[in-house]
Amino acid sequence: MFLINCPYCGERDQQEFKAGGEAHIERPKHPTELSDDEWAEYLFMRKNIKGVQFERWNHAHGCRKWFNMARDTSNDEIKAIYKMGEKPPTQ
Amino acid sequence: MTQNLRVKSSEFIDETNRISFKFDGKTYYGFKGDTLASALIANNVHLVGRSFKYHRPRGIMTSGSEEPNAIVQVNPNSNITEPNARATEIEIYEGLEASSQNCWPSVNFDIGGINNFLAPLFPAGFYYKTFMWPKSFWEKYEFFIRHSAGLGKSPNTRDPDIYDHRNIHCDVLVVGAGISGILAAKNAAKNNFKTLLLDEKNELGGSTIFEANEDNKINHNSASEWLKKEINELKNIKNLEIKTRTSVAAYHQYNYLLARENLTDHLVKKDKKNKIRQRLLKIRAKKVILATGALERPLIFNNNDRPGIMLSSAIKKYSNFYGVACGTKNIFFTNNDSAYESALSLHNKGIKVEAIIDIRENSDAKIIKKINDAGIKIYWSHTIVDTRGYKRLSGVSIMKLSNDGTSVIGSKISISCNCLGIAGGWTPAVHLYTQSGSKLTFDEERKIFIPKTDTKEQISVGSCGGDFELDEIITNLNYKLKNFLDINKTDFEGITLENDHETSKRNIWLLPSDQTIGKTKPFVDYQNDATAKDIKLALREGFRSIEHVKRYTTTGMGTDQGKLGNMHALGIIADIAGVKMGELGTTTFRPPYTPLTFGTIVGRNVGEFFDTFRRTPMNDWHIKNKAEFENVGQWKRSWYYPKEDETMHQAVQRESKAARQSAGILDASTLGKIDIQGSDASEFLNRVYTNAWSKLAIGKCRYGLMLNEDGMVYDDGVTTRLGENHYIMTTTTGGAANVLGKLEDYLQTEWPELDVYLTSVTDHFATASLCGPNSKKILNKIIPDLDLSDDIFPHMSFKEVLIDKIKCRIMRISFTGELSYEINAPASYGEAIWQKCIEAGKEFNITPYGTETMHLLRAEKGFIIVGQDTDGTMTPIDLQMDWIVSKKKYDFIGKRSLYRSDTMKEDRKQLVGLLTEDPNIVLEEGAQIISELNQKPVEMLGHVTSSYFSPNLNKSIALAVVKDGKNMMGRKLFVPMENKNISVIVANTVFYDEKNERLNA
Repeated sequence: MFLINCPYCGERDQQEFKAGGEAHIERPKHPTELSDDEWAEYLFMRKNIKGVQFERWNHAHGCRKWFNMARDTSNDEIKAIYKMGEKPPTQ
Repeated sequence: MTQNLRVKSSEFIDETNRISFKFDGKTYYGFKGDTLASALIANNVHLVGRSFKYHRPRGIMTSGSEEPNAIVQVNPNSNITEPNARATEIEIYEGLEASSQNCWPSVNFDIGGINNFLAPLFPAGFYYKTFMWPKSFWEKYEFFIRHSAGLGKSPNTRDPDIYDHRNIHCDVLVVGAGISGILAAKNAAKNNFKTLLLDEKNELGGSTIFEANEDNKINHNSASEWLKKEINELKNIKNLEIKTRTSVAAYHQYNYLLARENLTDHLVKKDKKNKIRQRLLKIRAKKVILATGALERPLIFNNNDRPGIMLSSAIKKYSNFYGVACGTKNIFFTNNDSAYESALSLHNKGIKVEAIIDIRENSDAKIIKKINDAGIKIYWSHTIVDTRGYKRLSGVSIMKLSNDGTSVIGSKISISCNCLGIAGGWTPAVHLYTQSGSKLTFDEERKIFIPKTDTKEQISVGSCGGDFELDEIITNLNYKLKNFLDINKTDFEGITLENDHETSKRNIWLLPSDQTIGKTKPFVDYQNDATAKDIKLALREGFRSIEHVKRYTTTGMGTDQGKLGNMHALGIIADIAGVKMGELGTTTFRPPYTPLTFGTIVGRNVGEFFDTFRRTPMNDWHIKNKAEFENVGQWKRSWYYPKEDETMHQAVQRESKAARQSAGILDASTLGKIDIQGSDASEFLNRVYTNAWSKLAIGKCRYGLMLNEDGMVYDDGVTTRLGENHYIMTTTTGGAANVLGKLEDYLQTEWPELDVYLTSVTDHFATASLCGPNSKKILNKIIPDLDLSDDIFPHMSFKEVLIDKIKCRIMRISFTGELSYEINAPASYGEAIWQKCIEAGKEFNITPYGTETMHLLRAEKGFIIVGQDTDGTMTPIDLQMDWIVSKKKYDFIGKRSLYRSDTMKEDRKQLVGLLTEDPNIVLEEGAQIISELNQKPVEMLGHVTSSYFSPNLNKSIALAVVKDGKNMMGRKLFVPMENKNISVIVANTVFYDEKNERLNA
């Protein structure tokens, strides 16, 4: 059970949060101009890596804010938490 | 008369407090402080159970939570009965009752014992191999297998006890209150860390507290006396909370631990009353110190499971702590020096020790001399090759070991005894350490798995960290604590330590016998009757992974999770496979460390609190008017209102007719309601719904369909424009929370530039939906001032009105196809408004109807219910709702997906109507649809999604999804049921009032 440092509320138990999948996948601005393959890439393709993964999380039972997390999937270490719209940490 | 084996007063036992208890129906006596195990042993009762597979007689083996054999049914035949409780952990109290498990008719005469003699027929994997053929017989086999499976009996009535959960936050959590744990906790607390110390036993001090080895000294005192003083000082330390009878069950990431605190199990019945029995502690600790100790290993030899064969350390605890002799003629069998301490302890109390059998060639420990001085014979380099005695050990046969330890030589010596202490070395209790995600490393020389790393948040100290000898323990603890807590000094730094050191080691995982392995029974897992022979068989049959061998042989899969024998299983596998144990790894250590009751896990979340209900403001009225309820999500919704002895079908038919002929009223309060405000609210709706919203006038309502980005229908509902920048959206009852979540997601992450605010107002409004040709007249009676003419208040529009000074929102919208008004009142006035409608509607025979009638009426109109007629694979086009998908809008959620090659396919499953050829047959929802009767295998074209008998049409109607359904209008299909094929005709989805004339009737 993670202890997640919500950027708006502080440290809270994982059960207050909802995971929202891979982060930094932007919805295409002009979907109609995309081929089926390009659209499918956005719609379906997600990474599932062993190592540091960037994820979206939502403080669903708290402030309801979305934010991003860099998590090492091999040991569940949370490397960084940063707000929506912010760039992922480089290390 | 039972024999009394109480040999010496013990300071831990209150001999002035005699307690009677029953075991297998017979009354025995013990003292306050006894466990069920120690009290039984004091009464010379060793046979307490039968093994799982062979029903072999089994006795008490240990003195703690690792006990594999002495598992009993506590308080049998009562509503507080508990199976699989360990006799070694149950503290006796006046009135305690317990009985043996896995035996019939009794533990002394057990029919299942025949399995022991049939054992050659029951190798590992017996059930997998035997009961596979013929396949059709499985059901018959299953009955008998189930009958003989399982340990103990679960209670069959409601658990009357109270359980609780508690959250604890601390700086330092110390698990285990042996010498290491006590010193660690004391020093943490003294340095201003908020500290919590837990131990599963009722006494602090671990094994040091009853230590009697005169060679172990701290500050020139015996270690136990020194520790007692340390424990006494704990009382005066601030910042320290101590919980005994508290077993840590799980250690999750981020130092989140679960522990079970046992509060009343040791109390007499009247003191238990109205008290919390067990409490689950949910602990978040900044730092965790594991001081969980070590478990003694047995030795694996032929017939090593008879009652009277015990761990050497357990025999020592029974004699030193409980003052009980486990036998009158004792033998020890060992591969290390610790058995000599046990032997000397017994000898010093006048309990007879016949001999010590040691597989090592010698030892130069000081204690050997004392054993020699005591006149106890030591057989060096010998092993036990067999044991005797069925319900109680009566003797052992020993032989000399060959130099390589793989065989025995010379002649057999027979020694009689009634208790055998076995000492196979020590296994650090690393269970919690590995549960936390940390990795182990194998110490090849000492044959133990030990923690690989300490971190800033966690350390392992004492024997669970691989330190077994006193000086090692204290020195390393001092060093580790200073680093971990970042302190300069501990209060035990510089104490003087004296102890013996073990120098001679010999480890043989499976000890040889003079008989071939096939004829022996060397048990590795006592509870599951897995022998070394079974492990060899598994390897011979090709199993290599330790996880596979475990499952095939069931080694380590009992309630004790193989705490005793798992290391031997690994060792035997490594030996046979010719690999190093370190490379083999271990099976996964999973929580809980010891079993938890269901009560502890659920705590207060039982009965009504297990899953909370949501009730509408009109709920009391529904109950008074005999509504039957249906669960919709967490909501309790009125399902139908039976009159007198009406069946559900009769009630629904009556309600449906009334709603179309005169007037009906439905409690629609559960619909999700989201208040949407902001200057970009219209643009936002444009993006989330498939249809256009910018031109919706203030005061008008519109139906909207929401898709997922994959183009599949996600939710639907009517949204009303209350003002220039203000909308109220309704969602399905079950989808409300998810829709809000999804909308928030888009607002915050994809379109943060939009000025839009979302607020859930589902609970703020109660909704009464008036429906039917007379609804206008009823509403007119309630609000005479309001002009209800179609020009002023047309279909799909909204008015804000005052009813008895209560501000209400009225939407003229319809889910039934009838003229219909939804009155939204503040929740606290919901019942009053509802009552008012009922009163006003009396002269029109207003009929309250529930969800079932609502479903029927909308099905007559072909209106979909998202989640019933759709399942996440239906696009609006599949639903024949092309009209709601805007062709003009540049984008909306899911738009692009409607033009993917797959969603454009002509022959997708599509929503159609179905009419049965026989209008009286009502199809079953979920039934399959086919076109050919004699085809094998037959193609499944789709299934029925909604089906009712329509009283207004006087025939059966159904909605269904059918492959290429749009092109099948008028075609005959079949719905195959168990005994018949029902003929159906594909029809339009709208069965009633296709021109929507009734909306303005």
